[in-house]
Amino acid sequence: MIMGALLKILFHLLIVRPLTLVVIGLNVRGKSNLPKKGPAILAANHNSHLDTLILQSLFPLCMQKSIRPVAAADYFMKNRLLAWFSTQVMGILPIQRKLSISGGDPLSGCIEALEKGEILIIYPEGSRGEAEKISDFKNGIAHLAKKFPESPVFPIFLHGCGKALPKGEAIFVPFFVDCVVGEPRYWCGNKNEFTEELRSDIDALSEQCDLKAWE
Amino acid sequence: MQLIEQLTSHPEPVMLAFLIIFGLIGLGSIYVFAQKKINPEKDMGDVPPRLRTWLYIVAFLFVALAVDKQISLWFYGLISFLALKEFLSMIPTRRADRRMLFWAYLSLPLQYYWIHIEWYEVFIIFIPVYMFLLLPVRLVLVGETEGFLRSVSTTQWGLMTCVFGFSHLANLGRLSGEFCGPAGGSGLVMYLLILTEGNDVAQYVWGKTLGKHKIIPKISPNKTTEGFVGGLITTMVCAYFLGPIFTGFTTNQALFAGFLIASCGFFGDLVMSAIKRDMQVKDTGTFLPGHGGVLDRIDSLLYTSPLFFHYTYYLMP
Repeated sequence: MIMGALLKILFHLLIVRPLTLVVIGLNVRGKSNLPKKGPAILAANHNSHLDTLILQSLFPLCMQKSIRPVAAADYFMKNRLLAWFSTQVMGILPIQRKLSISGGDPLSGCIEALEKGEILIIYPEGSRGEAEKISDFKNGIAHLAKKFPESPVFPIFLHGCGKALPKGEAIFVPFFVDCVVGEPRYWCGNKNEFTEELRSDIDALSEQCDLKAWE
Repeated sequence: MQLIEQLTSHPEPVMLAFLIIFGLIGLGSIYVFAQKKINPEKDMGDVPPRLRTWLYIVAFLFVALAVDKQISLWFYGLISFLALKEFLSMIPTRRADRRMLFWAYLSLPLQYYWIHIEWYEVFIIFIPVYMFLLLPVRLVLVGETEGFLRSVSTTQWGLMTCVFGFSHLANLGRLSGEFCGPAGGSGLVMYLLILTEGNDVAQYVWGKTLGKHKIIPKISPNKTTEGFVGGLITTMVCAYFLGPIFTGFTTNQALFAGFLIASCGFFGDLVMSAIKRDMQVKDTGTFLPGHGGVLDRIDSLLYTSPLFFHYTYYLMP
């Protein structure tokens, strides 16, 4: 347990922070909106593997062990080495993207984590998709918000990670990343409406950045 | 122990200059602190973060210039990298450009490596000739023709200023011999830095107090003829008095150095302003609170470094 926490802190101090703060470079807006403690959900648009590292580095080292990226089990648990890295170093919560026949609740891991007061990172698009484009949102966060009406959901807009390391590219190119954190949103009573609101929040945050063309 | 020894190994005039600059920042901080105590309501604008950032910059330089000449190359390389990244993030880019941009980044360590092995001929033509030829080759292999010329030229422009131009400052620090004056290469760097940044400040102050006739209002509404002339004279006077301390220049050579730095620094500042206007951004970044990005701070240096280096190199026997 202590070893695990130490591993995470070292990984952050020696690899994630230098990478996100010096090599990539972050312009953060609305950092004061971020939660000081869980339970909470961070909902961001998703373009790159770097997104998670960026979001994690917004939080102090002592909070790293309670920041849990929710990630696809079929991708991040592919082999033993990757599974070890994903769960032990990144601290992911693996989730089944395809519904299993056994019928267990795919969100049970997330529910447990929120009950423990952890902070979840969820990408409502469900996949990295095309670089620097936002695709349709899935309803997962709304399900969780309904179960935890007291937990805030923070809309976050990220721009630049998709230029630095888009899906399907192995070469990393340094680019500044813009990150805008919005005011938290709470369960509103209707799943589709909640997802819509979240989407429009993130769209509104994107207008705060002067986005450079990226064809 | 060795580190402390190195940190105090600055040549005397350079050490003295650092002490004076640290003292000025200290006085400024005391003033800000006193103002806050007397009148907590008063809005100091971006003066406190600006001062703090100045302190970090000067402390960074203090270490960068003191350490071993080989290690100090890493410091210059880091600033070059941050500036290049700001530039490449500021311009429009395409997904098709990624491979070419990767090669552009690779040229940065190479450029500083040429300085390290003192291969002057390659240092001076590597980016203007070889990278100029190589970047379009890499982009042609991607096979996207739309926006081709724009991509290649903007990337080359970034390399020329942030890597090629700025690396001259690093090379200046490595000049040695009697000609450099009592403080050696780091004295020349100090001389250039003090005059370039001092010229920016002097132009600002003269412009604020006497400025009436705007030179190019469309690009920078704060630049006035009075500010420019005031800055020019102030810088030449400083160049004259600092010359014997930091360099081996004769009186006339020092005066001309002042003239060169003041006029080129002015245009470096304006050119970067024009680019920012073109890209419709106010600052190139947020890396230096109160100043903007790294590129905002070193804009004049991108012009003065190569020119001052070649001036000195030409005068060297």
